[in-house]
Amino acid sequence: MTDIIKLTAAEIAARIASGELTAVEVTEAHLARIDAVDEKVHAFLHIDREGAVAQARAVDAKREAGEKLGPLAGVPLALKDIFTTEGVPTTVGSKILEGWLPPYDATLVKKLKAADVVVLGKTNMDEFAMGSSTENSAYGPTGNPWDLTRIPGGSGGGSSAALASYEAPLAIGTDTGGSIRQPAAVTGTVGVKPTYGGVSRYGMVAFSSSLDQGGPCARTVLDAALLHEAIAGHDPMDSTSIDAPVPPVVEAARNGSVAGMRVGVVKQFRGEGYQAGVVQRFDESVALLKELGAEIVELDCPSFDLALAAYYLIAPSECSSNLARFDAMRYGLRVGDDGTKSAEDVTALTREAGFGDEVKRRIILGTYALSSGYYDAYYGSAQKVRTLITQDFAKSFEQVDVIVSPTTPTTAFPIGERADDPMAMYLADVCTLPTNLAGNAAMSLPCGLAPEDGLPVGLQIIAPAMKDDRLYKVGAAVEAAFVEKWGHPLLEEAPSL
Amino acid sequence: MTVTTDLVSYEDALASYDPVMGLEVHVELGTRTKMFCGCSTALGADANAQTCPTCLGLPGSLPVVNATGVESAIKIGLALNCEIAEWCRFARKNYFYPDMPKNFQTSQYDEPIAFNGYLDVQLEDGEVFRVEIERAHMEEDTGKSTHVGGATGRIHGASHSLLDYNRAGIPLIEIVTKPIEGAGERAPEVAKAYVAELREVIRSLDVSEARMDKGQMRCDVNLSLRPNGTEEFGTRSETKNVNSLRSVERAARFEIQRHAAVLSSGGTIVQETRHFHEDDGSTTSGRIKDNAEDYRYFPEPDLVPVAPAREWVEELRAGLPEMPRVRRNRLREQWGVTEHDMQSMLNAGAVDPIVATIDAGAPADQARKWWMGELARHANEQGKALDEMPITPVQVARVAELVAAGDLNDKLARQVIEGVLAGEGDPDKVVEKRGLKVVSDEGALTAAVEEAIAGNQAIADKIRGGKVAAAGALVGAVMKATRGQADAARVKELILEKLGVEG
Repeated sequence: MTDIIKLTAAEIAARIASGELTAVEVTEAHLARIDAVDEKVHAFLHIDREGAVAQARAVDAKREAGEKLGPLAGVPLALKDIFTTEGVPTTVGSKILEGWLPPYDATLVKKLKAADVVVLGKTNMDEFAMGSSTENSAYGPTGNPWDLTRIPGGSGGGSSAALASYEAPLAIGTDTGGSIRQPAAVTGTVGVKPTYGGVSRYGMVAFSSSLDQGGPCARTVLDAALLHEAIAGHDPMDSTSIDAPVPPVVEAARNGSVAGMRVGVVKQFRGEGYQAGVVQRFDESVALLKELGAEIVELDCPSFDLALAAYYLIAPSECSSNLARFDAMRYGLRVGDDGTKSAEDVTALTREAGFGDEVKRRIILGTYALSSGYYDAYYGSAQKVRTLITQDFAKSFEQVDVIVSPTTPTTAFPIGERADDPMAMYLADVCTLPTNLAGNAAMSLPCGLAPEDGLPVGLQIIAPAMKDDRLYKVGAAVEAAFVEKWGHPLLEEAPSL
Repeated sequence: MTVTTDLVSYEDALASYDPVMGLEVHVELGTRTKMFCGCSTALGADANAQTCPTCLGLPGSLPVVNATGVESAIKIGLALNCEIAEWCRFARKNYFYPDMPKNFQTSQYDEPIAFNGYLDVQLEDGEVFRVEIERAHMEEDTGKSTHVGGATGRIHGASHSLLDYNRAGIPLIEIVTKPIEGAGERAPEVAKAYVAELREVIRSLDVSEARMDKGQMRCDVNLSLRPNGTEEFGTRSETKNVNSLRSVERAARFEIQRHAAVLSSGGTIVQETRHFHEDDGSTTSGRIKDNAEDYRYFPEPDLVPVAPAREWVEELRAGLPEMPRVRRNRLREQWGVTEHDMQSMLNAGAVDPIVATIDAGAPADQARKWWMGELARHANEQGKALDEMPITPVQVARVAELVAAGDLNDKLARQVIEGVLAGEGDPDKVVEKRGLKVVSDEGALTAAVEEAIAGNQAIADKIRGGKVAAAGALVGAVMKATRGQADAARVKELILEKLGVEG
């Protein structure tokens, strides 16, 4: 039992394909693990026991019928509760969608099903993906498996915690400002934000349309690549989806190397607010890259200092419009419909009751930023900063193949510590935001434990748009070198639950 | 309406004030599917039967632009002599309304697909007035609310409302004029002529049926007055959803009289929307718009920019049909009819059927005669448009052909048309089934003529005596005897021949 849940996705798929394990066995092992630990971790909002077992049975039947199985057939996965699943609850971590059963599957969900991936259930998240700790979920916080009193990152804390607690070998996250990478960093797992447009957004409930991007979460670089390949590709249902072949991510993950690569280090990604242990592990990672044959190049990207401000104008502006549809007319929560109130009153009462504080804060911010008379100063200026950031990246990538940085300035902080201090919370994403604003690709992978608190530190790798394969090439090399150095994957040092 | 509004006479209003108008016309495109999803746009389906996650605005859904919608918009822009944007974006217009699924309308803001054009419209006396076009942009329609339980169908007093989203997402083109100045007392007439001409243009492009009675074309009339001889615009009122040509004229006229009454008594015009009332031609107050409403427009992040290739635009320009006004003037000259007759044919919607009938081989005068006479009468009786009558131009041409060949006379032809309209089949089939052929058998005709002479000796004598006009009575008798199936001209010839009189 223990053995099955500690296997990687690649190993599970191989054993199912060879007949050594059945998909049902694998699924049941993970469901049992969830039963055993999720009360403590609270990674899941909904467990689709029947659906998962049925999917697993179908995989086993395919194998018995002699059909060729895909590279992830029968592998269980934890799905962030932001993707619509036909007939399966989809809450986006909000009360406003409590009880909603979507009538359709997201494109990403269709692709997972087509790849015979077994979806175990839906994971916890900050409401509408707004947050860096999963504390903003309307359904209670998720614990970090390294220390259950600490945050698992956010918004995709449910997905990262599910991986780190061995509830699932694969998970799906979404990254608007760092919501895949920061949770990966603080839980010692791997998370990738693909190039914007690389993975379809159809059926992914929108927070900030121009920044949101779904992506793979896993415990190893290769597993992330296998999942990346399964979910990526052009979707005619999403106009912003890129109509080009998926970068060769699996091939890159199988051939990790940094020899001869130019790796950039941005001077803006350090300084005040960065925990000493994080900086130490990052510097060691840079030294390791050099040892492995990379050339290190110092970069200056002054616009990155403005990323946080620009992000907190663009994302709230788009969210104020995207979330307007939650009006109690067609789906989800409805409050105050007692036959005496107008539609407008019911809408207002429902939004008052159904949205949490952080969501309201951002709707108000965005509404203000888009108001006539303020548009140019706020939304307009933020778009200019966005252009500058894109230009800084473009200039940098003339000199380097990838950029590295700490994923987040600190290790996992205690639940409740920053709950009342939005600015402190927002700073958790200071290294990840520029990538979302520019639309290029980035990965976080473990680079050790901070000496002062023994908690995981993430290394961020950033690549140009549609060069997602570089993340895996570099990531696989770094991962192999660290595992060799540590003697085992980092996650083995986590306390048992 | 029981609301009374102070008005001054139209003449008095124009004696002191100069009207400035702005017309905003929404046209529903006739695309098969909606603007941003694959749902059908067909009318008449059950409520909410033509919806999907995208046009219902379900969480997670995304829009995809309908390429035919963009093509139609460009065609309209070109026909209105507009520049076509090389690059433009959709924008979100944010406001809450229960029949708007996303609580924003996907529209265009400061980057319309077409801008800076004009449309020349011809007034009834032939004068041409140029209406400048500010822009034409793409957007989507909203759903429909039905308020139940109130007295007037309005939201006020209703117990509940029903929402139908079948219309939500149907492509609309909004065409906005620049301020129309200098029309003076003819302003209402210009407004009507503009909307009529625009409708013709839209129809000629085959991008919409533009039926105002079906809501496929809706007009907002913005109007203000300024004292004669001054430049600065006055405060405007916006009369919404004026949905017939006649109403456009009446609404403009009413607002001129109302504004003049307010202004001349020292009052000020409130910037507001107004409702138009078909029954008495009045308008009443709607929403106050003290400041421009804040729709918080921003570029739609879910859609990529629209960048029509120049070659494509030129291809579309080259494929534009002859513009209706040019075509009308050409046809009027070809047919040799007066401006007034042409206008009647236009108002009756007869021009296209007539042209098609001529194309099918009928002489122009015959085609005009049948469409403007018999068919217009039937259409009028049934309250239908000419192009909705169940007869094709080819069938009308065949009737004309049968008349020209002497196989039918006018009376029989009318019966044939009746038969076609009644669904009895093609003209030839109706002729056969109803036995309507002109009696051309000379023997039978001669017998009937002889019988008529024998039965009406007194008349026959008059004719013999030189009163050729009296032959009409004998012709009538023969026609009666042959149940109308004789060629009256030939009958007359035979009668005169028999009586030895020169015709």
